[in-house]
Amino acid sequence: METTHLLSSAQVARFVAQGFLRLDSVVPDDLNHAATAAMPHGMPDLPYGTPLANAYEEGSFVRRIMDLPAIAGAVRSLVGPSPNVDHHAVHVREPQEGAAQHLHADAIIDTRPDAFDVQLMYYPHEVTAEMGGTLLVPGSHLRRTNETDIGRYQNLRGQVRLTCPAGTVLLLHHGIWHGGRRNDSAHRRYMFKIRLNPTVPQIRWWDTTDLGSPEVLAELDARMPWYEWATGRLEIYNRIRLWRALTCDPDFDLDHWVTRVTNRPGRTA
Amino acid sequence: MKQRVLVLYLANSALDAPVVGWSSYDGTGRSAPTAGDGDEPPYETGVDALRDGWRLFQASQLIPPHPGHEYDTSFLKHEFFFEKLE
Repeated sequence: METTHLLSSAQVARFVAQGFLRLDSVVPDDLNHAATAAMPHGMPDLPYGTPLANAYEEGSFVRRIMDLPAIAGAVRSLVGPSPNVDHHAVHVREPQEGAAQHLHADAIIDTRPDAFDVQLMYYPHEVTAEMGGTLLVPGSHLRRTNETDIGRYQNLRGQVRLTCPAGTVLLLHHGIWHGGRRNDSAHRRYMFKIRLNPTVPQIRWWDTTDLGSPEVLAELDARMPWYEWATGRLEIYNRIRLWRALTCDPDFDLDHWVTRVTNRPGRTA
Repeated sequence: MKQRVLVLYLANSALDAPVVGWSSYDGTGRSAPTAGDGDEPPYETGVDALRDGWRLFQASQLIPPHPGHEYDTSFLKHEFFFEKLE
């Protein structure tokens, strides 16, 4: 597994705050062409929990993508070494299909406070606005909602309507709200997704040399335009709790948010 | 008579608070709103929708957090349903 292209603390802080990272054009064109040729045929299922190291044959397009230093380093930074493949799937948005997917989070409600799965989304071809790229809601990943129960929400301020060059990869926290937008073009749109489960505690697997930098604090303190004013403060509180877990630093805080409401001098229960 | 429905999500429980999210459903069949179809809200506040002729017919209740879950975040709290009949 690649260890020299790890994410920085600021990048991991952005993931903790926004629930995703994007790596534009990280996959080279020859691999994009191989993937574009393979994806219309689908991908055979894997047993749940197959170790990533054993999941894909040497030379296959998926193996080659996961071995790219930038991808391997980012995956290791977020889930740690030796993750398992939960499942994978080729997603297709048909041309002129009329409606978008309802907004949702994948799987079921997932309340783990100190662990998370990472979903890798790979776009082998350019995605234009007309093709209806994935809709993402930054900062939605810590909300406790179940799958499409949020389907009523169509648009939120600050949402990302993804357009990207070929070879772009997104890395998503399992809880992020997202959906496939309506494809108004004449072309099928493909995306390949792999869900990865950690097998080790997710503590400081990234490059921590910038751990105390102002950029880390700025990333963690970012407010999303769709946040209600009061609930937005709770989002910061919950991010602090997650950052404490990932850094193993029980005293980390931003603007005293957690310290203030847990301060009970002389009380232990 | 056919109903058009506008749902606005506001930054707090006041109807004149800024819009942070929006959805619409069109019973006339003249349009087909769907997820992710726009980045700019139709109105800046809930009151702006009233001024444009939308009739408010439902607003979220203010419900205290369940004990032990005061810091949980979940659905948007300040949801207002409007209609126009045509």
